[in-house]
Amino acid sequence: MMTDSVKLNSREMATFAADGLLRLDGIVPDSINQQFLAEAGPFNKPQGSERPDQPTNTLTNFMARSQLPTVTAGTVLDTAYKETTALGGLVRLPRVRGAIESLVGSNSLVDHHFLHLARPRTFYEAGGVPQRSQHTHQDSTIDPRRAFDIQIFYFPHEVGPHMGGTRYVPGTHLRIVSESAIARYQNIRGQQHVVCPAGTLIFMHHGIWHGGGVNRSDEVRYMFKIRLNPSVPQVRLWDTSDLLDEDFQQRPIFFRKEPTNPNDIASLLTRPQPWFEGDTGRLEYINRIRFWRYLLGDESFDADYWVTRIENEPSTSV
Amino acid sequence: MSTKQQVLVLYLSSSALDANVIAWARYDGTGNDDHMAGDSDEPLYRSGVEALADGWRLIQASPLAAHAPGDEFRTGYLKYEFFFEKLVDDD
Repeated sequence: MMTDSVKLNSREMATFAADGLLRLDGIVPDSINQQFLAEAGPFNKPQGSERPDQPTNTLTNFMARSQLPTVTAGTVLDTAYKETTALGGLVRLPRVRGAIESLVGSNSLVDHHFLHLARPRTFYEAGGVPQRSQHTHQDSTIDPRRAFDIQIFYFPHEVGPHMGGTRYVPGTHLRIVSESAIARYQNIRGQQHVVCPAGTLIFMHHGIWHGGGVNRSDEVRYMFKIRLNPSVPQVRLWDTSDLLDEDFQQRPIFFRKEPTNPNDIASLLTRPQPWFEGDTGRLEYINRIRFWRYLLGDESFDADYWVTRIENEPSTSV
Repeated sequence: MSTKQQVLVLYLSSSALDANVIAWARYDGTGNDDHMAGDSDEPLYRSGVEALADGWRLIQASPLAAHAPGDEFRTGYLKYEFFFEKLVDDD
């Protein structure tokens, strides 16, 4: 890529492996945010045949009027967005470029992008239609790959607590489910609701469970999502210069006399989530460790012996 | 007067009914309450037993299934799902 790139470090990558996301609050400068909102265009009240209970029609009309580009699926990111556009400026920010390169490589492909609009309370009141939050779901479809896509969630303006910012559940990304089959899960311990300053980006693994909230403000909430596919194995793409010998070594487990360093790779990979079940929480550790093995290109890596123990098959005794 | 059903779904941290609630959902056939995704960050009850004590009747619990060979470590849907109901006279 042509511009500077500030890659993620190993702690950030391990956090992504464990939580399935990295959040950069206010990373996009306001000039780009304002340009984006101008290019997206204003969202007007329903016009003509547009009705609050038919949001798809309203959105289709909005997209037709917008200056945001369309991108053919599979387009190389470098060629997808002109440098002079808001999105072109966004993906070329050094910190953003570095995060993208660390996660999906330097020649990632644009899968698709989409502008998500959470319409204000008045929009629904005008039509007498009740506001509903979006069901919890995983995007796309059943996806058992070890490789992963990322989805960049871009919040171009401040999102207040009453604006229904995206709800997401950290650590759900390695669960293999079928899109909205998880809609029954209305609330999950540890769920987060995005409240953020303008210009916030969240880089999510494609498997994170999420859904849009109810916008109880009088303003439209914009969120732009870009899905990127890797075109190379996602092995050691980040800045690995901070990896230490102790990041590969075992340590005492269960019976310890000293607290562990919370920034050790092993600590990051075995940090539980509030929604973990007793037994499958341990499977989450195992799956995170195997995910980290893929990222590291090292099938011998383990954290706190979780995988070594179940891989131990001594050969015939001498 | 008719009878309406209220449904509570609790997801617990193990197969024990007195285990902690980790996820939940509510549906109200009376129409008095409109529950939806993301509407609460803390559950109404700490365990399934607490729901029983408050008058909810357990009507279904997820079975314990054997782990298919080769699929032992795959995680997916929440495992310990308990359906409760209350029947309410609706005037």
